[in-house]
Amino acid sequence: MALIEAQNIHKRFGARVVLEDISLAFEEGQVSGIMGPNGAGKTTCFHVLTGRYKPDRGTIRFDGVDIAGRTPQALARMGISRSFQIMSLFDQSAVIENVMIALPEFRTRRRRLADSVFNDAGLLDAAREILDQVGLAGREWEPSASLPYGDRRALEIGVALAARPRVLFLDEPTSGLGAEATRNLAELIRRLRARYTIVMIEHDMQFLFDLADRISVVHWGQVIAEGTPAALRTNKWVQRSALGERG
Amino acid sequence: MITLSDIPPRAGAWLTPQIVVFTAILATAPLWLGTIGLYQYLGIEIAIWMIYALGFNLLFGYGGLHSFGHGAYLGIGAYAFGLFQHHVGVSLWGGLLAAVFAAGIAGALVGAAVSHRRGIYFALLTNAYGQVFWFSAIKLHWLTGGEDGLLNIPRPTLDLGFARVDLNDNMALYFFVATALVVSVVLLWRIANSPFGRVLQAVRQNESRTAFVGYDVWWFKWAAFVISTLFAGFAGGLFAMAQESAYPDIMSLHQSGLIVMMVLVGGGLVGFWGPVYGVVLYFVARDVLGTLTETWLLWYGLMFMAVVMFRPEGLAGALHVSARRLPFRAAPRRASVGPA
Repeated sequence: MALIEAQNIHKRFGARVVLEDISLAFEEGQVSGIMGPNGAGKTTCFHVLTGRYKPDRGTIRFDGVDIAGRTPQALARMGISRSFQIMSLFDQSAVIENVMIALPEFRTRRRRLADSVFNDAGLLDAAREILDQVGLAGREWEPSASLPYGDRRALEIGVALAARPRVLFLDEPTSGLGAEATRNLAELIRRLRARYTIVMIEHDMQFLFDLADRISVVHWGQVIAEGTPAALRTNKWVQRSALGERG
Repeated sequence: MITLSDIPPRAGAWLTPQIVVFTAILATAPLWLGTIGLYQYLGIEIAIWMIYALGFNLLFGYGGLHSFGHGAYLGIGAYAFGLFQHHVGVSLWGGLLAAVFAAGIAGALVGAAVSHRRGIYFALLTNAYGQVFWFSAIKLHWLTGGEDGLLNIPRPTLDLGFARVDLNDNMALYFFVATALVVSVVLLWRIANSPFGRVLQAVRQNESRTAFVGYDVWWFKWAAFVISTLFAGFAGGLFAMAQESAYPDIMSLHQSGLIVMMVLVGGGLVGFWGPVYGVVLYFVARDVLGTLTETWLLWYGLMFMAVVMFRPEGLAGALHVSARRLPFRAAPRRASVGPA
């Protein structure tokens, strides 16, 4: 059974239908990709799956539980975490604080008014472990805004991982990255795939086809094709539109 | 511009060297206030406004929630204290509890209505609710005394069990208010550096991200609003006692704007102590400039404009930057945000 299963999701903004009865399923332990042209509805789909938008109709099941319309904070607590196409960090905080605040053990203490944070070895160690995973060990106390762009992308994934998710949604993780930073990110995702279910939207086809187990092609708010990267390479639309092949 | 989060994240200590120095300054103030040409009652006023400003800054500086109607809660506290003395009984603790409770209830109700909003909508809503309270205070003559306000509010005796202190003496009242200020400082310092305070700062920086890592942003905004109104109510109760009256003017838009100016000029967006500097600057400007010219508020307004234009981080920020530049404090940037 798929870990996340969305069925007949419909979302419109005024007269504009952005998702039209779209159905997607993401298997546990796999890297799933979503691709499609600009304006296809990919990010809206992510927003609906992660609680930013409530679908107009349709069901979303996470591990068998209907989560359609639940808030982002509720979904984060259930184990759904995400990164954003436009970087979303706590820019005025140190790197380690970005991660600490997302830890579930920090969250359980969120309403304590007289508790300590920065002298808690358990919290600091847990945050350091996450930073180590994303390649930011030793940079704990740097202001996050001062990190290079690629490291900020890695930190954003670190913040998402700190919530100890079961599913990690990555919205265009290579956006704005150079070749080396993209290679580093691919390496990071390869390391993470053994531990997390990953769903990502990506425009870098090479990146996506190298990493994904399955890919769904979204266009005009609908899934027009899906399958393994190898199967999709033979798809005429994918060849023509995404892989830049003539035919 | 540097921000609150540029100040090092700290482990939670109940007492810090700054709090000890601040307490020492408060404790010795009666000895030197007169020698610099000031007077005892000014110390009382400054201490009360510091409580108000520090509580306000939890919302304004830490939460990034710009309330422009906070004078309402100072006023509600003042009226509640006066009404308690007039209609229930002359009691210091009863009156102060009533002040805190009334302001907290009003804050909880208004906070529930405004915490769904942010930015300019939050600011305008707080302003609108502030105006409602101010207008009500003027019109509910039977309760509040209308534009004249509540007069002849007694200063109850402080009963310590082993001794009774007459707070009609300004020196005694000063030490009572100064003690209340130190307790408020310790509480607010702990709150600002607690997990709650750190999440509040996260809300200020990135509300959406805070929600997506599992926090109920509305609740944090509401709680910060309520806590700040509790302190405003407490300050209002003390103010009514000090002034022996409560009147609508302290709830006016003008007064709500003053606290914003004090916090900004002092550097509340940058440091915990910013509101303290801001309150001192305002009252010194009022009492020192005020003896020189009737247009002192114009000069204070010009100073506010200059700060906003050239030093938006305020006095606390300027001091923070200067301290960093000291040769013996010079350290790499990464160390400057390490835990203290």
